[in-house]
Amino acid sequence: MNPLIEMKNISLRFGGNQALSDVSINLYPGEVVGLLGHNGAGKSTLIKVLSGAYKSDSGQIFVEGSEVKINNPQDSQRHGIETIYQSLALADNLDAVANVFLGREKINGVVLDEDTMEIEARKVLDRLRVKIPSLRVPVSNMSGGQRQTVAIARAVYFKAKVLIMDEPTAALGPEETQKVGELIKALKAEGVGIFLISHDLHDVADLSDRLTVMKNGRVVGTVNTKDVSEDEVLGMIIAGTTPKHLANK
Amino acid sequence: MQNVQTNQAPAVRRSLLQNLGIDAQLLTMLAAIVMVWIGFQIWSEGLFLSPRNLWFLAVQSAVVGIMVGGMVLIIVARQIDLAAGSILGFTAMVMAVFQAPPPNGLGLHWIIALIAGILVAILIGSINGSVSAYVGVPAFVVTLAGMMIFRNLTFSLSNVTITPLNETFQILGGGNNGSIGPLWTWVFGLAIAVLILWQTLAGRLRRQKNGFAVRPMWAEALVTGLTLLIVLGFVLVMNAYPVPGTDPPVGSGIPIPVLIALAVLGFLNWMTRNTRFGRYIFAIGGNPEAALLAGINVKRTMLFIFMLMGFLTAIAAAVQAARLNGATPTVGRDLELTVIAGAVIGGTVLSGGAGTILGAGLGALLMSSLENGLGLVGVATEQQKIVIGIVLLLAVIWNTVSARWRKG
Ligand SMILES: Nc1ncnc2c1ncn2[C@@H]1O[C@H](COP(=O)(O)OP(=O)(O)OP(=O)(O)O)[C@@H](O)[C@H]1O
Ligand SMILES: [Mg+2]
Repeated sequence: MNPLIEMKNISLRFGGNQALSDVSINLYPGEVVGLLGHNGAGKSTLIKVLSGAYKSDSGQIFVEGSEVKINNPQDSQRHGIETIYQSLALADNLDAVANVFLGREKINGVVLDEDTMEIEARKVLDRLRVKIPSLRVPVSNMSGGQRQTVAIARAVYFKAKVLIMDEPTAALGPEETQKVGELIKALKAEGVGIFLISHDLHDVADLSDRLTVMKNGRVVGTVNTKDVSEDEVLGMIIAGTTPKHLANK
Repeated sequence: MQNVQTNQAPAVRRSLLQNLGIDAQLLTMLAAIVMVWIGFQIWSEGLFLSPRNLWFLAVQSAVVGIMVGGMVLIIVARQIDLAAGSILGFTAMVMAVFQAPPPNGLGLHWIIALIAGILVAILIGSINGSVSAYVGVPAFVVTLAGMMIFRNLTFSLSNVTITPLNETFQILGGGNNGSIGPLWTWVFGLAIAVLILWQTLAGRLRRQKNGFAVRPMWAEALVTGLTLLIVLGFVLVMNAYPVPGTDPPVGSGIPIPVLIALAVLGFLNWMTRNTRFGRYIFAIGGNPEAALLAGINVKRTMLFIFMLMGFLTAIAAAVQAARLNGATPTVGRDLELTVIAGAVIGGTVLSGGAGTILGAGLGALLMSSLENGLGLVGVATEQQKIVIGIVLLLAVIWNTVSARWRKG
């Protein structure tokens, strides 16, 4: 079976800073791959190459076996890749409905179909079970968790093949975090492939099938979650070396 | 259907006005205008609120009214246009030179002159837009350069007044035959009233059908009733000013430039609320990075905004030239500042992301009212500017402070 996503030998330099060097990673349908690493390791940069926010200096991206060029966010969306950014990427002055559909509004002729968008947004937000009193106030008036839910709803609504979640639960309480966990499991069962970035080792260990650890812009190693202990993963993150017997291609 | 809306969490506090779906900003603007008008009415001993003066006030507001909506879009998208007045001057000069009879002008058909002016202004807008958006030079600098370049290109084109203009073209300025007459004014007023009623009713029914919150009936009736009263008052006043020299007096009706300004503002208001283009302008102003990541073509949107501003500037230039029956090389000097002031008084936030077309329209009306009223009571031009500057400052202080209150 072809992987859903295969990124090969991706390198990217910001001025004098080699943010990614020769990074390769892949993702299969119905799989959750956890991306781990210290702050500044290059996790967000890597997934931003996949979501079209950055262009890599070199390397290849394959979607379901065929090579694709991802030059901008539209390209990425077209290949069925949805992203929840660490920075949330919401337009604060717009309401929840506008943010869920931003860039992909439903229209009647040339006119925005606000009613349909509000109904659909409410459905997908209900699924996430976070209380949002009004969908029609600017999201700047919302709590961090509510805003995060809007960002998640935005990615979930468009029925992605591949979902990238960069710290999706950073602002969520324990109950909402659990809901997001359930959501990840449900999407996984539907065959969606998920890249999950989080600093919460427990969360990632619970949800991921494989773990890829990065350090200083390089991949330290990729391991099957069930083969490693938490201490071994910590060792990979901090020391940057993979125990030989665990390495997995 | 599950209705999360009923679950009123305290996270979002809403004022009474918000709950009624009434825009506090617009209400404040209306109140300010009413106060200014009453003040001038007293000061001018009954001259200000005469049909004649209000009719002229409407004509005077038209040029700024046509441009102010475009400026709102530019400011909302975190840009600025300092060249608008110079571009207006240049475009007016182009239109005058094209149509004025030789030896001053080329003596071409007025439609050719109009189209030439519009094309020139759109081209200039697209240059401003592409240098800002694609090259990445801040619009402040690009249009500051444009302000100098086009003012002096206007002088290069002609350093004397170019006149006369075609008589049909002059209709755009609202002079002789430049109003639509009492009958069409009533037709216009009725059409607007029907449109407002239909929109309100259809929107309300649709929202109810979908189970969305609607305004309380009395609030809906109050807002709609007030709007209809304003429309009625406008029609009556425009018809109460007689065409000069008619006996028995025949009402003038709505002047053509005012009709143009209303059409422009109405269209832009609709566009910002109901189209993707409008939505994207606000998204870019709110968070340019988010807009980019959402797949919005930020640069192209910015280019279009400046082209639209160019088009509106050309229309305003046509109205201004038609009114003056010619173009002087100084026409439109400092006009960009009046337009920006109108937008800002009307609630447009200079840091971007917030502003309304209706508010800016009222802001333009307030600016014109001050100029007109101060002139009427005999305040010298220089002192007028002082008063207007103070009002602008007060308005911005008010907007800033009230925004802080609303945030809590
Ligand atoms: N737009 C940018 N311009 C310049 N340097 C950047 C940019 N984005 C990231 N970097 C640099 O690239 C490196 C990797 O950053 P990245 O955001 O990918 O880290 P991360 O692994 O996501 O960290 P965190 O866990 O803190 O989110 C860092 O050194 C960072 O300073
Ligand atoms: Mg990151």
